Amino acid sequence: MENLAVLQERAINIRKNIVRMVTAARSGHPGGSLSAVEIVETIYFTQMNVDENNVDDVLRDKFVLSKGHASPVLYATLAEKGFIKEEDLISFRKLGSPLQGHPSMRLVRGVDMSTGSLGQGISAAVGMALANKAQGAPYRVYALLGDGECEEGQVWEAAMAAAHYQLDNLLAVVDYNGLQIDGNITEVMNPLPFDEKFKAFGWHVIYLADGHDFEAIYQACEEAKTVKGKPTVIIAKTVKGKGISFMENQANWHGVAPSEEECTRALAELKGGNA
Amino acid sequence: MSKIATREAYGKTLARLVEQDDHIFVLDADLSGSTKTAMAKKARPGCHFNMGIAEGNMMSVAAGMAAQGNTVFASSFAMFATGRAFEQIRNSIAYPKLNVKICASHAGVTVGEDGASHQTVEDISLMRSIPNMVVLCPADAYEAEAAIEAVYHYNGPCFVRLGRSAVPTIFEEGKVSFTIGRGKTLHKGSKVALIACGIMVNESLQAYEALKSEGIEVTVIDMASIKPIDRDLIIETANTHDVIITVEEHSVIGGLGSAVSEVLSQYAPCRQVMMGVPDCFGESGTPDALLEKFHLKAADIVSKVKEQLK
Ligand SMILES: Cc1ncc(C[n+]2csc(CCOP(=O)(O)OP(=O)(O)O)c2C)c(N)n1
Repeated sequence: MENLAVLQERAINIRKNIVRMVTAARSGHPGGSLSAVEIVETIYFTQMNVDENNVDDVLRDKFVLSKGHASPVLYATLAEKGFIKEEDLISFRKLGSPLQGHPSMRLVRGVDMSTGSLGQGISAAVGMALANKAQGAPYRVYALLGDGECEEGQVWEAAMAAAHYQLDNLLAVVDYNGLQIDGNITEVMNPLPFDEKFKAFGWHVIYLADGHDFEAIYQACEEAKTVKGKPTVIIAKTVKGKGISFMENQANWHGVAPSEEECTRALAELKGGNA
Repeated sequence: MSKIATREAYGKTLARLVEQDDHIFVLDADLSGSTKTAMAKKARPGCHFNMGIAEGNMMSVAAGMAAQGNTVFASSFAMFATGRAFEQIRNSIAYPKLNVKICASHAGVTVGEDGASHQTVEDISLMRSIPNMVVLCPADAYEAEAAIEAVYHYNGPCFVRLGRSAVPTIFEEGKVSFTIGRGKTLHKGSKVALIACGIMVNESLQAYEALKSEGIEVTVIDMASIKPIDRDLIIETANTHDVIITVEEHSVIGGLGSAVSEVLSQYAPCRQVMMGVPDCFGESGTPDALLEKFHLKAADIVSKVKEQLK
């Protein structure tokens, strides 16, 4: 694994950029972006074989942000990879910017699938993994799902297909932050239990009690690579709004931008580095 | 003149209706704060069921509740209500002609910053093509209230297109009537007639004022009932004007412009110009910047009218 201190330092910068982008755009989704920082960073910096030399290749490891509204965490991570200029991040959601509210694979280097309509990204990831398998291409596919997103029937159609075609080259992660737009997932439309559902659909399931623990995420990704004949899902318990005290576990920070004042407070908290 | 979003009017009217009729059910798909069905939930909690992020299921569930003798209002963003659940709407709701009102918010490019994935400019086209379906697109909050009232009294499937942004009111509160299948002539002029729906009615009225100050008087028609459409009014307008300009915050393929042209081409050939979103996807930006980009501001309508008069 990459040096832990480096990962942690980078996570702070990713969080800062998420807050800056959403503030500058005066819209966007901070909560579900902040909950997925460690997951997306670990996948991009310890798992995926993608860099400046192969980013434009059609065949390579791929990442699908099935919960496309968390585009800020993807863009901020791609900036850390060098595929997006950091200073361009604040063009997010502005007219003419390639950084659309929801990611477009035709506009941003390193975005592997256009998403935004929940439930569809995971199916596209299944398609990528199935094509790789059918053509003997040795690349892995990663997908990030929201826990609320798992209420879409299509997620389970995808889950069935992935197990049916024994897609051991597919790793899905559920960002289990417990919240969706209208409130707590168990109150809006309970999608639990995830572990037993995925198991019943034929997946290898790994539960992470702390989805912000780099070491644990890394180990789970490594374990997934050893599983043969079935897809793996990591159920990662996370905190929506993680890292910004006043956003943590608050459903109303799902799709609201901070004011300038709140942005300053958030950045100050992140500088403290107590994340 | 105040600014109110049509979705606000929906929530307010629905809250009133559910209080007086316990045969109304309201379904939402994790967007009850945005679609404003939360207001109905507040008025009578027992009427409201959140179906989670599962629009396809929601539409067929709505069909089942309607089959039990109820009026069901089902809401989500217009993109997911009409797009994700298209076939459920067609086969579970429209084919059996069940009493479901699909009241969908955040339609068109004025969704703004969320971008193309959320900006449906195809919803009118999709819903209009389904047999048995009534399609309404009210111009302001007060007409929206009347439209919701009208679909409540109509027995059968309806689609009501609602917007995200607060938009200027153009009618007087409580004083606007709504008849499904009838358009409203707001100004009677000559030569050029503007036929608009939704927020484009306000832009057309602004264009009317600007043109009037230059001595040009155009006709302005609010065609909130897109299906059934007011065929008589379109024929009469075609017979008394040189050109009809349709204006809509929707694709020029399959929307209001197409509905008008289907009447013109068969019953009263007349020159028609279509203003709307061309055959392309939207993008992120402020609602206003997007209307400018797609040439859907009052100033664009003024130029188009003058072009036709040349
Ligand atoms: C098909 C579809 N329906 C509705 C929406 C609107 N929407 C955007 S985010 C969201 C809630 C997502 O909740 P979750 O998956 O738990 O995401 P997170 O809490 O991780 O941000 C909804 C309903 C959408 N984008 N796509």
